[in-house]
Amino acid sequence: MNRDDARATVLRVLGQIAPEAHLADLEPDVEFRDQLDIDSMDFLNFVIGVCEQTGLDIPEADYSKLESLDGCVTYLTANSK
Amino acid sequence: MPSLGADMTEGTVTRWLVKPGERVARGDIVVEVETDKADMEVEIFHTGIISRLLVNEGERVPVGTPLALVEAEAGATPVMAPPTRPVAEVARVAEITPPPVPTKMEAPSRATPTARLVARELAIDLASIRGTGVDGCVTRADVEHAARQRAPAPAAAPPPRRRLLVSPRAQRLAREHAIDLSLLAGTGPAGSITGADIKKAIRELPPTPAPVAEAVPMPAPARAKGPQRGPIAALMARSNREIPHYFLGVDIDMKRALDWLATQNSSRPVAERMLYSALLLKASALAVHDVPEVNGYWTEDEFRPSAEVNLGVAISLRPGGLVAPAILDAATKPVDVVMRELRDLVQRARAGRLRASEMSSGTITVTNLGEQGVDYVYGVIYPPQVALVGFGRITERPWASGGMVGARPIISASLAGDHRASDGHRGGRFLAAIERLLQEPEHL
Repeated sequence: MNRDDARATVLRVLGQIAPEAHLADLEPDVEFRDQLDIDSMDFLNFVIGVCEQTGLDIPEADYSKLESLDGCVTYLTANSK
Repeated sequence: MPSLGADMTEGTVTRWLVKPGERVARGDIVVEVETDKADMEVEIFHTGIISRLLVNEGERVPVGTPLALVEAEAGATPVMAPPTRPVAEVARVAEITPPPVPTKMEAPSRATPTARLVARELAIDLASIRGTGVDGCVTRADVEHAARQRAPAPAAAPPPRRRLLVSPRAQRLAREHAIDLSLLAGTGPAGSITGADIKKAIRELPPTPAPVAEAVPMPAPARAKGPQRGPIAALMARSNREIPHYFLGVDIDMKRALDWLATQNSSRPVAERMLYSALLLKASALAVHDVPEVNGYWTEDEFRPSAEVNLGVAISLRPGGLVAPAILDAATKPVDVVMRELRDLVQRARAGRLRASEMSSGTITVTNLGEQGVDYVYGVIYPPQVALVGFGRITERPWASGGMVGARPIISASLAGDHRASDGHRGGRFLAAIERLLQEPEHL
């Protein structure tokens, strides 16, 4: 998965979790929590969505690497097939 | 028009999912309704044939207005909603028409409401599908799987006009942006058009030549579908006017619960992992067994206990506002199931896809404000319920135990109780039961 695919996947899943968010304005290096007012349940749904879309099973210990758009893109390009 | 919560006085029919002449079964989602707080899918509570739709799409009607006529055995009778009642008596609705609880689908073909809907759209016989859900219940995934397995339709007859499957959010977006749904290819389940498809279309469609005035970026309308305080204001005012609240609190050591959770989650696939809020909810539901006086409705000057614990969960909506849909019969569900349903409820609440039965049936409510950074919650009860359980955040605090002081993860639990239905002594036992249950998370 290249960076563009990873980015598209992350934005697609975020759109399902926070349909009201203006994802075009998302700051790539700022945590989702600080921009989108998502809580831990939203975040879990986000991780599950990303796993469903990529076929990965992301361990809980790696959640902290998925807290911003940049973090997600880096993680997914490094770990997906 | 069903009452989707004691604070609802009217609702707008946004979309009919059935046509006159169509067969419906109890539990089918037949209509989408928009209230001041959220969009809702409404199930039908009777099996029969739709003979007439009484309210048009886009029409706003008071709670109690019949929405459709359903033909049962003999003659047509309006069965979609209870007869109109004065708004002031909304509290009684719950008692006169006990909220339908779709826990038990009718045999033989058990299927979730969404599965029924999708099966009907795809013309798939539910009886031919082996369900993989709870107790062999047919899920939407099963139906979609069956649809994929099915050989390509015989090319003989011209295919019936394809009915568009459009999610409520997509519908709304399309309306707002004047997108023609029939031009889109859906990428959602069973080819349905999702909000993402609409957003894509908005990006890709050539910008319509707009009058100059519209080309200038306009400030967002002051209240597009923003927080509407009216309904919740009325309900909360009624609560404080009518309910003599008492408040109790207890600090609970969460170490065992969190340790157990961490062990569980480390060996579970992502979709089965749990958050500690599921443990709080299950413990609250089970504690009702010790103190049934906190679970039920206060109506007509007396307390009506509820046999089932339909656990209302306060969920904040992001544009603002609050809904408290219920996890039905939460005390008998394993904690995994409570977690799955909670996760589903939060996602659907925030996407505007709650169901009527979930909105109207809570018998006690839990609010968890820990993520907002508060330590203590002093709740306001949802009438006609008689108790609200509040949880703050988990913080590491000095904790004395067995003559030693150590640092432990502590959460403050509170109870707002209706003094007409219970007193502080019983309320204290209820909180003590929650604390005890959280010390044995493996038994939740």
